[in-house]
Amino acid sequence: MSTTASAAALGPHRNRVVTFWQSTNGKKVVMAITGAMMFLFVVGHLLGNLQVFEGPEKINAYAHFLHSIGELLWIVRLALILAIILHITATVQLALRNKRARPIGYSRKEAINSSYASRTMYWSGPIVLAFIIFHLLQFTAGYIHPESRFIEGDVYHNLVSGFQVWWVSAWYIFAITLLGFHLRHGLWSMFQSVGIAHTRHTPMLKSAALLIAVAIVLGYISIPISILLGIVK
Amino acid sequence: MKLDAKIPSGPIEQAWDKARFDMKLVNPANKRKHSLIVVGSGLAGAAAAASLGELGYRVKCFCFQDSPRRAHSIAAQGGINAAKNYPNDGESIYRLFYDTVKGGDFRAREGNIYRLAQISVDIIDQCVAQGVPFAREYGGSLTNRSFGGAQVSRTFYARGQTGQQLLLGAYQALERQVHAGSVTMIPRTEMLDLIVIDGKARGIVTRNLVTGALAVHIADAVILASGGYGNVYYLSTNAKGSNVTATWRAYKRGALFANPCFTQIHPTCIPVSGDYQSKLTLMSESLRNDGRIWVPLKKGDQRPPNEIPESERDYYLERRYPSFGNLVPRDVASRNAKAVCDEGRGVGKTGLGVYLDFSDAISRLGEKTIRERYGNLFDMYQRITDENPYKVPMRIYPAIHYTMGGLWVDYQLQSTIPGLFVLGEANFSDHGANRLGASALMQGLSDGYFIIPYTIGNYLATNKFPKVDESHAEVQSAVSEVRQKTNKLLSIKGKRTVDSFHRELGKLVWDYCGMARTAEGLEFAIGKIRALREEFWQNVTVPGSGDDLNQSLEKAGRVADFFELAELMCIDARDRNESCGGHFREEYQTPDGEAQRDDDNYSYVAAWGYTGPDSPPQLTKEPLEFHYVHPSQRSYK
Amino acid sequence: MKLQLKIWRQRTSTDKGAFVSYTVNDVDPEMSMLECLDVLNETLIERGEEPVAFEHDCREGICGSCGFMINGVAHGPERATTVCQLTMRHFKDGQELVIEPWRARAFFPIKDLIVDRRAFDHIIEAGGYISVSTGQAPDGNAILVGKDIADQAMDAAACIGCGACVAACPNASAALFTGAKIAHLSVLPQGKPERDRRALAMVAQMNAEEFGNCTSIGECTGVCPKEIPLEVIATMNRDYLRASWTRREDQSETILPFTEWSTGSKLQSDPTSRD
Repeated sequence: MSTTASAAALGPHRNRVVTFWQSTNGKKVVMAITGAMMFLFVVGHLLGNLQVFEGPEKINAYAHFLHSIGELLWIVRLALILAIILHITATVQLALRNKRARPIGYSRKEAINSSYASRTMYWSGPIVLAFIIFHLLQFTAGYIHPESRFIEGDVYHNLVSGFQVWWVSAWYIFAITLLGFHLRHGLWSMFQSVGIAHTRHTPMLKSAALLIAVAIVLGYISIPISILLGIVK
Repeated sequence: MKLDAKIPSGPIEQAWDKARFDMKLVNPANKRKHSLIVVGSGLAGAAAAASLGELGYRVKCFCFQDSPRRAHSIAAQGGINAAKNYPNDGESIYRLFYDTVKGGDFRAREGNIYRLAQISVDIIDQCVAQGVPFAREYGGSLTNRSFGGAQVSRTFYARGQTGQQLLLGAYQALERQVHAGSVTMIPRTEMLDLIVIDGKARGIVTRNLVTGALAVHIADAVILASGGYGNVYYLSTNAKGSNVTATWRAYKRGALFANPCFTQIHPTCIPVSGDYQSKLTLMSESLRNDGRIWVPLKKGDQRPPNEIPESERDYYLERRYPSFGNLVPRDVASRNAKAVCDEGRGVGKTGLGVYLDFSDAISRLGEKTIRERYGNLFDMYQRITDENPYKVPMRIYPAIHYTMGGLWVDYQLQSTIPGLFVLGEANFSDHGANRLGASALMQGLSDGYFIIPYTIGNYLATNKFPKVDESHAEVQSAVSEVRQKTNKLLSIKGKRTVDSFHRELGKLVWDYCGMARTAEGLEFAIGKIRALREEFWQNVTVPGSGDDLNQSLEKAGRVADFFELAELMCIDARDRNESCGGHFREEYQTPDGEAQRDDDNYSYVAAWGYTGPDSPPQLTKEPLEFHYVHPSQRSYK
Repeated sequence: MKLQLKIWRQRTSTDKGAFVSYTVNDVDPEMSMLECLDVLNETLIERGEEPVAFEHDCREGICGSCGFMINGVAHGPERATTVCQLTMRHFKDGQELVIEPWRARAFFPIKDLIVDRRAFDHIIEAGGYISVSTGQAPDGNAILVGKDIADQAMDAAACIGCGACVAACPNASAALFTGAKIAHLSVLPQGKPERDRRALAMVAQMNAEEFGNCTSIGECTGVCPKEIPLEVIATMNRDYLRASWTRREDQSETILPFTEWSTGSKLQSDPTSRD
């Protein structure tokens, strides 16, 4: 009777890298590692930007220093771009797979155990991506710089004049908050994906993820808020 | 007919070794040529299918559930016995053997039980190797507990889910063979008839429960491991799907059915709450280690338990059995609960319940200790009844739990039809008139892992198997009988549902062939069961068709078999004019109300043969001989 | 009390299916959810209609047969409870319950609330065992297992294979189920020798069965009747990661998933066949 297993093999993939990437678990590992790389950037970027509170000389010197290291900067940039591409490719492929995994949806479905942040990764991610593109166009390339002139090299000026536009700040605060949500889940979930979990440590890790996410959001949004309030001019 | 149990002669310690040596072997290269059918995927069935697959036979394994992992062995809570003597407390193979013979009230074969006790040690080793997470000491060794009133700690357990873990172990071994290609697993399929050709079991007729398609499966031997028939009572601790159909159809094809009236009532179940009740939930027997059982002294006392003062409570087990107290064997505890309820002293809405009170244990040991020991059981009780057993006493009542009777088998586990082997609860072999706690898992696995792999080889090596195909007249007649029966059930289109018949039947069997029986009551029940069966075949309604998934049709076929079985149970109970173990005839009791055996006249296995739809079954007796443990009156006072 | 049951009815796997509303009067608060369906079915049969097909067997929360969505939650509102042990006292008089089967590509529908969960058997078949044949075992105490480890294994082994984790997961992922078996066997010393092989084979099969992926959100463990912890998924990921890079040979052979419950072989020469 054919109710029993038709044990035909799906051809084996000889290359273990391909096999790894093709499995959902492998993709999640890639997402965890690339996520971690981007998180390191987010922290570094924040620390650099907070120098705005120390006055124009300091932050402009910092910007100058970054540009002076040349090749190294590009290596970092390339690594980040690769991370973003892999992170997004994996997400899109997994999302498509997940859509296929449930062809008929529920007429009613309640979430009872998951955090809001974890359920909205598919939204917070793309919005943050859109923001990053806008952000690069504004502060790195200077293509979009409403209501004032972009001055190459004068980071302090660009920052202050940029954030004095209320909607730029609002958009920034909104996107950074979503980044916070993304990190609140991603920061502990990356450990889960690479197989590090413990009934006692994981709850601590979750709390730490929340704290770090909040600290990062507060750190970033302190800049436009200070500018809007006139504390930094 | 003379029944030959084929127990090897000589000292009992060497019997199994001798039997194994005397058995013919199948050449490894020839094993692949033999096909076997296993019906059922519980402990016995899954263990057998996996072990036979490992040996190289081509095995087909059937279950009616969607997966072999659902078999009802999964619900066993307490544990599994083994004569390991790890606790160094006086356990031995001989003691386990002795306790089991005595516990079964001297109505089982010594030879089989001795072998069971011997094999028990191998089972634990096998299960540990499979990864069954048995409870452990801090040092890493296996831990044991005392269970069901045994005086030694011989019970191995995995929390309150021992049956689940053992079954998953067997299921995983089975899936390993499915992957290896030696076992074909056929789920959602029910065996509806046995095919007997030239006097040998050669196959089965099945119905695919999803599509309704009938199919014929031919093999060199058929192994039934289809469980017990407790659901004849409608309300039982068995799974809803547990049924007698496979063994019953084998009975009607010529296999003898032994001791059908030996059924076990478990004393600690959650009482019935209303007419809609579909099954009874068992609470582990271990609760009696710390709980005290009582009822009010006064009839019809409606006060809440906490308001009844100590002086107005009757701790009836402690009063009647000072040395064993609340730990008397299952049959004794159950019968006493029924007696106090019959006196009108039962508790709860229905008056069918007694208290199991932990307040003493909690004040003595603290709530924390009790929670550690029984936490999951207390949670389950609270989930079902919405009462907190840490604060108010539990209410419990006996319920049918296990059936010791089953198809007659010899020492080789072969029934009276050559080539038809019966394992686990489906056979009658090892528990006599009463099964001890934590013995069922032991027997199922012993039959499946360690007995059938040898005995079936002997059968295959000593018989010839001419080719049979579907066109054989016997096959055709079996198929057409199955088809006719199915069509008949669908065509009656009467007024009553299958469940309403089943409930009524169950109540009859419970009232007259349950915890206490009388010749008069059994006679009455036989008449009522026949009348009800007739009404069933005139007035049952089965909606839907036979060509797709039809749960009413499945139930109808099973209930039809339960009707016939119920009658045989009553006939057997009426015929056995003595009380023994779970079979308590009110006419035969000692002056203080205990079971009174009659060893002179009833020290035998009653094996019944089918003679036709309207003629009485024929009794064949297999005399029981006791060379090692001499029959004595069980006393727990 | 009185309840409104809005139940998914679907005659066969290819039918479209739709919700049908039924009113059940005289619901006793002590009844289980399945007993409430029994009562409904009895009245349906008496009216000559087909009863609601639903899977059930042990009715004490251990066999894993039963399960469906009640108002959008797998196994209903009570935590750590299967529908067979869910009593009606948790609902309010007059409440409407929306009852739907598990929904996932890997669990294709069979009838009404019954779906096919053989994908789970496939995952076990691929490697969810310790390869030891009957008779090969050393003495039980030859392998010492610390109590902590035994408890950890038991926590994972408690899985009943009901499929609620897949049903509740927004991605229809079987990570909790697969992880539970991998974790059960991988923490025990007996399971160590084939830990790598097991993780690779079971994960490959899980992916072949077209389940979704795990996003670590934890809905699965929230509805799990045995409260299997999310930690088991990490154990699976760790074993898989390790095995993927350290194993010497490549292998990812999988079993073809089922897509239908076949009609089975027709009898070659059936004396009473109607067709």
